[in-house]
Amino acid sequence: MGNDTLFEVDDLRAKVEGTAILKGLNLTVRRGEIHALMGPNGSGKSTLSNVVMGHPGYEVTGGKVELGGKALLEMEPEERARAGLFLAFQYPVEIPGVTVANFLKTAHDAVSGEKKMSATEFLKALRKNMEMLEIDSSFVNRYLNSGFSGGEKKRMEILQMLMLKPRMVIMDETDSGLDIDALKVVSRGVNAMTNENFGLLIITHYERILTYIKPTHLHILIEGKIVVSGGPNLVKDLEAHGYDWVREHHANESLAVV
Amino acid sequence: MEDDMADIDTENKLVDNEYKYGFVSDVEVDEAPKGLNEDIIRFISEKKGEPEWMLEWRMKAYQWWLTKDEPRWALLDYPEIDYQDIRYYSAPKQMSERFKGEDGELDPEVKRAFEKLGIPVEEQERLQGVAVDAVFDSVSVATTHREVLEEHGIIFCSISEAMREHPDLVRKYLGSVVPYTDNFFASLNSAVFTDGSFAYIPPGVRCPVELSTYFRINAMDTGQFERTLIVADKGSYVSYLEGCTAPMRDTNQLHAAVVELIALDDAQIKYATIQNWYAGNAEGVGGIYNFVTKRGHCRGRNAKISWTQVEAGAAITWKYPSCILQGDGSTGEFYSVAITNNRMQADTGTKMIHIGNNTKSTIVSKGISADQSKNTYRGMVQIMPTAENCRNYSICDSMLVGSECSANTVPYIEAENSSAIVEHEATTSRINEDQLFYIRSRGIDEESAINLVVNGFCKEVFKQLPMEFAVEATKLLEMKLEGSIG
Repeated sequence: MGNDTLFEVDDLRAKVEGTAILKGLNLTVRRGEIHALMGPNGSGKSTLSNVVMGHPGYEVTGGKVELGGKALLEMEPEERARAGLFLAFQYPVEIPGVTVANFLKTAHDAVSGEKKMSATEFLKALRKNMEMLEIDSSFVNRYLNSGFSGGEKKRMEILQMLMLKPRMVIMDETDSGLDIDALKVVSRGVNAMTNENFGLLIITHYERILTYIKPTHLHILIEGKIVVSGGPNLVKDLEAHGYDWVREHHANESLAVV
Repeated sequence: MEDDMADIDTENKLVDNEYKYGFVSDVEVDEAPKGLNEDIIRFISEKKGEPEWMLEWRMKAYQWWLTKDEPRWALLDYPEIDYQDIRYYSAPKQMSERFKGEDGELDPEVKRAFEKLGIPVEEQERLQGVAVDAVFDSVSVATTHREVLEEHGIIFCSISEAMREHPDLVRKYLGSVVPYTDNFFASLNSAVFTDGSFAYIPPGVRCPVELSTYFRINAMDTGQFERTLIVADKGSYVSYLEGCTAPMRDTNQLHAAVVELIALDDAQIKYATIQNWYAGNAEGVGGIYNFVTKRGHCRGRNAKISWTQVEAGAAITWKYPSCILQGDGSTGEFYSVAITNNRMQADTGTKMIHIGNNTKSTIVSKGISADQSKNTYRGMVQIMPTAENCRNYSICDSMLVGSECSANTVPYIEAENSSAIVEHEATTSRINEDQLFYIRSRGIDEESAINLVVNGFCKEVFKQLPMEFAVEATKLLEMKLEGSIG
């Protein structure tokens, strides 16, 4: 493992309600890399994101996950967030009675420790990011995700990401259910985050999002294991021939190609 | 935007997890011997320097009370109360002398007690925008902001003083909403009530400050029986706040209060309570038994009465602030948060009685139970046969924190006029694991996540409170929930 390794999943195994879903998953994200993870329904994509974030409903049965050299699996979810991990949820939860402004300030204070922003600074940054994501300013007073449309919820996830400034982000099917305009806006937000120190894992069903956020690596997950991994060439194959072709073409490869 | 930030600051404040009002003040007292009989009632009446009609009324109440049994229909489990083992009068000595006309100073220990509670009682240190009547055990010890109130013709004083200074008003309205025959506890209160607040807002006057009473129980084995009477004359407006605390003791103490509100034509009364009596320890030892009768009467057309309560203390709570909507077009509202933890038991709710035409009522009740506590919403909406075009909307939500607590909802609806529209919604849920995970995934620890969810759950009610009270309520909730999960 190189010095620039940011996020590493090593032989991860996990069960949900007694059924093994992840069966030895390996994945390494170095600083500045953008990885895309694709796979059919039930292959374990969402299990991976939930296990990495620490959802209490999943049972880890083996392996390890590290962020910046720190073992994540022993940590509480909030400690993982403070270590710089962020999960953009596939289905963001509604929190009635808690305003967007209040929630984000509380979260921001929690992850930034000593370096808390004043309320004024915070609101300034919040407004700027909302503008970029084309979220109406009235949303600061709305209750988090309550009555939001699917697209609004996804944008709110990206807004949270921008405000909390994580170093490793997992986007769990953020593109699902977004129309093309919303997808562009979300991608703009994500691209504003990426830099040479930042790691990103995009979990998706569709290659469409990958035309807006260019991945450096691509993995295909089938039945709880990554069966194919590739660099930009695999991404090019994907662009040229589509997801199904890639899957068929590489289905027999027994070793991951990096 | 400023509102948001105030909100943020509120919810980020740190709190102690101990009941911090549990101290005892060492005050020289003038007290009645324990027990209840006609002599004790005479003793109280004499101490207060009351008119004869008042004593007669007390005696009638006492006679009625003797014939009644304590009500046991609520979902509350507590041992027999020995009414002869309670002291019905206890007052700081210096105060007692003041009533006799000797100009006594306020006992410095009493003053210190209120300072510790954040309630300055001296005029020069008074709270901005809030006139306070401070009640210590059986007597009112101070009322602030008197001058500005007098300018507007507003009467705000202790009910003992009102009886002496404004006997006609008191006689006209006292017992007119809650008669002494109303129920066991109201009747006991009528016989032995010792103090409380009286407010009268003249026609067309909008009260320029919040009126507030702070009730403090200090003496041991003493019951507190206060009586509050608020009259809003035609076209007037008043907002009233009530707070209460008591020392931590391992014996139970009885608090049986009566509050009567009267709103005439186009008048509006907003009445808010933060009830934080000592609730006993984790094993359920000690705490206040809180049996309270609160009722508002919209006596005139287009009158409006709103009750907002945050019930966070007391070992036992039995309380149903209600509205009699008699004037056509009048409105009744009830917003309630009741939180129970440890072994607390609360049976609380409201009654909305629609008598006039086009009367409206709203009920928003949020119950939160934690640990091994028991929390019941009990409510009644009654539409009389002759009341046309009445509306009620009720929502009663319960949230369970932990697995050993219980929540019950007991709604009664009696709509006897076919033009009525009555809507009732009720939910009971455990605190949601997915919500907690989502919040924690943003770096917020579990306890703060619970606080956010619970505060959000109560938001609709807290919005009804004045700012300072909303801050207080948020802190109280956090205090109660500390250590309830995990």
